[in-house]
Amino acid sequence: MKSITRSKPLEEIKQRLAKCRQVYLIGCGTCATMCRTGGKSEVLDMKQKLAAAGKKVTGWMVIPTACDVLTRDALKENAKEIAAADCILVMTCAFGVQTVARYAEKSVYAAVDTLFIGTEETPGEFIEACLQCGGCVLGQTAGICPLVRCAKGLLNGPCGGSVDGKCEVSPDIACAWQMIYDRLAATGRLDELEEIEPAKDWSTSLSGGPRQITIEDTEEKTESQD
Amino acid sequence: MKAGTNLEKILASGKFAVTVEAGPPKGTNPEVIQKKGNLLCQYCDAVNVTDNQTAIVRMSSLASCLLLKQMGVEPVMQMATRDRNRIALQSDVLGAVAWGIGNILCLSGDHPKLGNHPQSKAVFDIDSVQLIQVLKNMRDEHKFINGDEISGEVPLFIGAVANPFADPFEVRVPRLAKKIKAGADFIQTQAVFDVSRFAQWMKIITERGLDEETHILAGIIPIRSAGMVRYMKNNVSGVNIPDDIITRMEKAEDAEAEGVKIALELIAKVKEIPGVHGIHVMAVGWEKKVPEIIERAGLLPRPVL
Ligand code: SF4
Ligand code: SF4
Repeated sequence: MKSITRSKPLEEIKQRLAKCRQVYLIGCGTCATMCRTGGKSEVLDMKQKLAAAGKKVTGWMVIPTACDVLTRDALKENAKEIAAADCILVMTCAFGVQTVARYAEKSVYAAVDTLFIGTEETPGEFIEACLQCGGCVLGQTAGICPLVRCAKGLLNGPCGGSVDGKCEVSPDIACAWQMIYDRLAATGRLDELEEIEPAKDWSTSLSGGPRQITIEDTEEKTESQD
Repeated sequence: MKAGTNLEKILASGKFAVTVEAGPPKGTNPEVIQKKGNLLCQYCDAVNVTDNQTAIVRMSSLASCLLLKQMGVEPVMQMATRDRNRIALQSDVLGAVAWGIGNILCLSGDHPKLGNHPQSKAVFDIDSVQLIQVLKNMRDEHKFINGDEISGEVPLFIGAVANPFADPFEVRVPRLAKKIKAGADFIQTQAVFDVSRFAQWMKIITERGLDEETHILAGIIPIRSAGMVRYMKNNVSGVNIPDDIITRMEKAEDAEAEGVKIALELIAKVKEIPGVHGIHVMAVGWEKKVPEIIERAGLLPRPVL
């Protein structure tokens, strides 16, 4: 599982940083490095671009895994350079941005857009795998997520737009329900296509406020790691 | 009778039904839909009103259906799950029934990316099969999807769409069976140009006896020009147009006359296919030709029941 990101346009970043003259940069050694949006070379590149735009970069670091609580220690270790800055520009996925914002007493800006939780199908090619809906139907759909793979998120597909294995939305998108059909056919489960999948309970996906759970017996451990 | 609409009566009596599509305007003038109603009412059993078809904003289907209803024209209200969640959909069904609209056709709808508001958030809270189920449950059990009681009757004649020309072909009959199981009383198909594929689909349907559990109306699009047919072939997903039709349109001296001729031939052919209970004509902006086509197809006068 990887958090897939894309760099925001430089213009947008400059607009966000309009009030800041001194900037501290943070990248991430995991997902953002893999996506080439917040690894060492992207951070250094950003440093140059900001300098060209008349900003001063007071310092930078690439945290091994920015979403981890260890980010707090990394911020402490670099407190001086961070304190010298007006803000922090975070070149990590949204998890890293949120972690930095939680522990740093500075304005925090995101340099990348977090696109989806996905996997790398072939080198450099990422695809969304799951939107974490909270009511998994992969068992009914041969291990292919219809919510992210089908453009309409149909639970009873395919729609009438599926042609030659492609989705009606674009010839670049494989029709999820053609894939589901093929896998069901390969495992002798085609009869299941006539079973109606009932309306989904979206309350597990889009509830009021953040979704959260507490897993018993782990609180102590988390505390001691802190 | 489930809703007692004209369309239901005609289909129940075993007569060959004719429905015609009328798209609402991209504006506020009621006359656009009223004119179409006036033009078409003698030539069909019900007029389908599309719901922001191809994801392009138009006057709402419900409001347009009311305009038709006020003139005494029977509408088929199309309902796409793309733009409304289950709360809004059920609420509109109640409103439609209160105004005497009995035919409702369920579809998922074209994706917003294909329309004129590609930045909009697609809803798809439920899909077309589930919407059919919701409507059936509202009618037969007087219950909303959450199980709460509905006060009053919900007489509905429930429609659905089917595209025998989309892929994979093998899934197309099972998917129809699923819609019938969910509660589809009638089916309007995507436009038929490839008669042999359509006949192949119908054959499996009649072998399974599904034609006795629902009423299938074959879709007909009269083509106006060679340009239109080429455009449809390349841009309209799930429409399959054989090359000989394209060649005929390209070679024709009078393309419009040839288009009408092709439509008439298609109607004659689908009429002969066992299990086909009617046609659904989608004239996409060429509604004025519909009366001539229906008349020359020998489908007049429309039965009064
Ligand atoms: S059905 Fe839900 S939980 Fe399962 S893969 Fe899809 S989004 Fe993820
Ligand atoms: S063509 Fe396939 S992937 Fe695209 S919306 Fe239809 S069923 Fe979903």
